Amino acid sequence: MQKIGVFVCWCGSNIAGTVDVHAVAETLKKEPGVVFSTDYQYMCSEAGQNLIKDSIKEYGLTGVVICSCSPRMHENTFRKAAQSVGLNPYMVEVANIREQCSWIHKDMATATEKAVILGRAAIAKVHLNAPLTAGESPVVKRALVIGGGIAGIQTALDIAEAGFEVDIVEKSPTIGGKMAQIDKTFPTLDCAACILTPKMVEAAQQEKIKIYSYSEVDEVKGFVGNFSVKIRRKARYVNEDICTGCGVCTEKCPQKKVPNEFNLGMDNRRAIYIPFAQAVPKVATIDPNYCTMLKTGKCGVCSKVCTAKAIDYTQKDEFVEAQYGAIVVATGFNPISLEKYDEFAYSQSPDVVTSLEYERLMNAAGPTSGTLLRPSDLTHPKTIVFVQCVGSRCDGGDKGKPYCSKVCCMYTAKHAMLTREKYPDTDVYVFYIDVRTPGKNFDEFYRRAVEDYGVHYIKGMVGKVVPQDGKLKVQASDLLSNEQLHIDADMVVLAAAIEPDKTARPLATMLTASMDTNDFFTEAHPKLRPVESPTAGVFLSGMCQGPKDIPETVSQASAAAAKVIGLLAKDKLTCNPCVAHSDEQLCNGCSSCEKVCPYGAITYQDKEFRMPNRTVAVRRVASVNPAVCQGCGACTVACPSGAMDLNGFSNRQIMAEVDAICK
Amino acid sequence: MENKQQLTEQILRMSGVNARKCMRCGKCTATCPSFDEMEYHPHQFVYMVEKGDIEPLMKSESLYTCLTCFACVERCPRNVEPAKLVEAVRLAVIREQGANHLKPQDLPELWDEDLPQQAIVSAFRKYSK
Ligand SMILES: Cc1cc2nc3c(=O)[nH]c(=O)nc-3n(C[C@H](O)[C@H](O)[C@H](O)COP(=O)(O)OP(=O)(O)OC[C@H]3O[C@@H](n4cnc5c(N)ncnc54)[C@H](O)[C@@H]3O)c2cc1C
Ligand code: SF4
Ligand code: SF4
Ligand code: SF4
Ligand code: SF4
Repeated sequence: MQKIGVFVCWCGSNIAGTVDVHAVAETLKKEPGVVFSTDYQYMCSEAGQNLIKDSIKEYGLTGVVICSCSPRMHENTFRKAAQSVGLNPYMVEVANIREQCSWIHKDMATATEKAVILGRAAIAKVHLNAPLTAGESPVVKRALVIGGGIAGIQTALDIAEAGFEVDIVEKSPTIGGKMAQIDKTFPTLDCAACILTPKMVEAAQQEKIKIYSYSEVDEVKGFVGNFSVKIRRKARYVNEDICTGCGVCTEKCPQKKVPNEFNLGMDNRRAIYIPFAQAVPKVATIDPNYCTMLKTGKCGVCSKVCTAKAIDYTQKDEFVEAQYGAIVVATGFNPISLEKYDEFAYSQSPDVVTSLEYERLMNAAGPTSGTLLRPSDLTHPKTIVFVQCVGSRCDGGDKGKPYCSKVCCMYTAKHAMLTREKYPDTDVYVFYIDVRTPGKNFDEFYRRAVEDYGVHYIKGMVGKVVPQDGKLKVQASDLLSNEQLHIDADMVVLAAAIEPDKTARPLATMLTASMDTNDFFTEAHPKLRPVESPTAGVFLSGMCQGPKDIPETVSQASAAAAKVIGLLAKDKLTCNPCVAHSDEQLCNGCSSCEKVCPYGAITYQDKEFRMPNRTVAVRRVASVNPAVCQGCGACTVACPSGAMDLNGFSNRQIMAEVDAICK
Repeated sequence: MENKQQLTEQILRMSGVNARKCMRCGKCTATCPSFDEMEYHPHQFVYMVEKGDIEPLMKSESLYTCLTCFACVERCPRNVEPAKLVEAVRLAVIREQGANHLKPQDLPELWDEDLPQQAIVSAFRKYSK
C-alpha cells in the first residue's frame, strides 16, 4: 500500500475563493492510503515546496497528490521538489482544481464537491503509479533552416557563428527572399540590396553553412535532437560546382519570352537565367517549362556558349538524406492574388499594380531601370493613388484575410514619400482606414510623408477603379469631409494583404507542427515561447509565424537561433519516460498501432514464443522505439487486443481514475 | 430612450445586420452610385444605427434615393450589408402607425391619367396604415 500525502493549494483566492480547501484536505485525509493531508496558500512558492519536501521525509511518503492549478503550469515544479528529497518524480500527480474547478464554478458547495472527486481520482491513480526513469537520446549537432529569406539567412548565420553546422534549404534558385525584391527599406530608407547582399555573401562563405538552393524538403522523420530529412535537389540542368555565373548563356538563349518572376512578370528573362546580379549561389538555372532543348531536344545554344561546360540537359532530381538536431521554419510569405477584387481593375489594367510590383518599378535593377514609368505606355505618371488594406482586415472567407498585414501602412508611406521626393510634380494620394505605425521611428516616418513631402492622406476607401481613355477613374470616399471623390489617376497601387507561402501547410504536416486557420505557424506560447513550435525541436523564424517587418523578422530569427544553439549545445536530451510499450503476449501483430502512430515509432518483429508441450511458435509482434515515441497514446486506443499501454498513463490507471470519479 | 433602443433593436432584427462589424472604412460610400442623391451615405446609415440614431434616418429622403443596387453589400470587406439597413429603416417607416405617406387629400394631386387605377388603390393600401 502506498503512503500518500495530499497537498491542497489555495492559489491565493483563485482556488480558495470558490473551493473550501480546508474541507477538501480533511475529506481526502480519509481516503485509503492517505497518511497526511493539508492545505496551504501557495504550494508553488518556496515555502509550499518545502512543506511538500518535509512531509515526504517526515511521513516517508511514497506518493504525492497536489490539488492545484493545471499540471501544464507546475507539474514540473512539484516533480522536481519530490525528486530533490529522493522520491521518484513520476510518483507525483496533480489534480487540477483551478482551471477545471474553481474558475468554472460559482457555488462553493458544488466546487468543493468536485475538487474532492478530482482529488480522489488522482489518489486512485497514484496507488497504481510506478517509479519511471527517463532515458537519454543523443543530439545531432547540426541544424536545418527551411527558407532562405532574411529570416532564414539571419538564423543560419547566428547558429553558424556559435560553431554549429547549419544547412539552408531554399526552394528558389537563390536565397534572399522578398527582401531582395524591395528597393529601399523603411524607416531609414537604406537600400535593401546594400544591407541584404553582404549577409547573403556571408552565408555563402561561412564554412559551417551549406546552402541547398532550388531544393525542397520531401520528408521528415525522427524527433527533437535526431531528425532525419530527405531533401530534393531539383534538377537545374547546370552543374552548380562548375558554373562560374558568367551569365553568357543567359544572354545567348534564344528563348526570350519567359515572364521574369523576380520582376513579377513585368519584363522577360530567358529560359536559362540567373534571377538577379547578386544571386547566391550565382549559378544559372534552366527553366524546364520554357527550354526548347528540354522540350523538343532541339537547340543546345547554352551548352555551346558555356566555356565552363556546366550545362547538363540530362540532370535529374537528386536526393540527400541528412540528420539534424533542430529544424527552423523560415518559409516567409507572399502577397495574395488580387484576382477576386475586380473593383480595383487589377487584371484589367497594367497600370494598377501591387506594392511589390511598385518596388520593382522604383528599383534600378527593375523593368524600367529605376525610372518610374507606368507600365501601359511607359509615360511618367502624374497622379498616383495608393490603396491600403486591400484584402486585409476583412470578414474572412471570400472577402479576404481577417488580419492586419502589418507592413503595408509603413511601406505605403515609404512609396508615397519616395515618389514625392524623386518626382515632386506627382500628386500622391493614400486612402487609409487607419494608419498603423507603431514601432521605433515609424509614426515620425509617416508624419514626414505628410508634412515634409505633401502626400495627401485621405481617410476613406477606394470603391472602384475604371480604366477609361488612358486614365484610371478612381471613385473613393473621403469620410472626414463626407464627400465622394473622383480622381483621374495614372497609376493605382494596391497594398495587397500578405499570406504564408503555399508550401507551408504541407511542410507543417511533415513536421507535425501546428498552424492557425490562416496557415501561419503557431508558437508554443503566444507570449512566453514565441519562436518555438509546440513540436519539440521545431523553431519559427520570420513571416511564416505572422506578419512582421524586417527589424522584427531579424530579431525573431536571432531568437530562434538562440533556442537552437541552446538545444545543440547539449550532448544528450532527457526523454519522456511516459512512452508506449506492447505486451507481446497479447499483441497479434495486426498493424493497427503502426497506422495511427504520427511519429513512426512502431515496428514489427517476428519473435519465437514457447508454447505448450515444448513447441515453439513464431509470431509477429509490435515494438515501440522509446526514443521516437512521444507518448501521445494514439496506439493504446487503436490496439484491438489491448496490448499497447502507455507508461504513466496505463489503461489500469485511467480506469482507476474513472472509477474514483464515478463512485 | 427606451423607445429609441427598441427601434434600434427592431431595425437590427429586421435587417439581420450586425452593425458592430463595421470598421468604418467607407468602401460602401466610395462605391455607392447614388452618393450625390443621398443625405446620409451607407457608412452613415451603419454608424447611426449602431449609435441608435434611427429617427433622423427615418425622416431622410435617402431612404428613397438608395437604388437598392447592393453595391455596398457586395463591396463591404466586413460583410456588414448597409443596404439591408436602409431597407429595414424604409420598412420601419412604412409600417409606422399614423405616419402615412399617402394621405387621401394628397391623392387628387398625384392623379395621373396614365396611372392605372389599381396602382393607386394598392399604393394607398400599402402606404397608409
Ligand atoms: C511591398 C513590400 C515592401 C516591404 N518593405 C519593407 C521595408 O521597407 N522595411 C521592412 O522592414 N520590411 C518591409 N517589408 C516586409 C519584408 O519583406 C518582410 O519582413 C521580410 O521579407 C520577411 O522575411 P522572411 O525571410 O520571413 O520571408 P521571405 O522574404 O518571404 O523569405 C522566405 C523564403 O523562403 C523560401 N521558401 C518558402 N517556402 C519554402 C519551402 N517550402 N522550402 C524551401 N524554401 C521555401 C522562399 O522562396 C523565400 O526565399 C515589405 C514587404 C512588402 C510586401
Ligand atoms: S498595415 Fe495598414 S495597410 Fe496593412 S492591413 Fe494593416 S492597417 Fe491595412
Ligand atoms: S504513443 Fe504510440 S502512437 Fe504515440 S508516438 Fe508513441 S508509439 Fe506512436
Ligand atoms: S444599395 Fe443604396 S446605399 Fe448601397 S450602394 Fe446602392 S444606392 Fe448606395
Ligand atoms: S464598407 Fe462595410 S465596414 Fe466599411 S464602412 Fe461600409 S459598412 Fe462599414
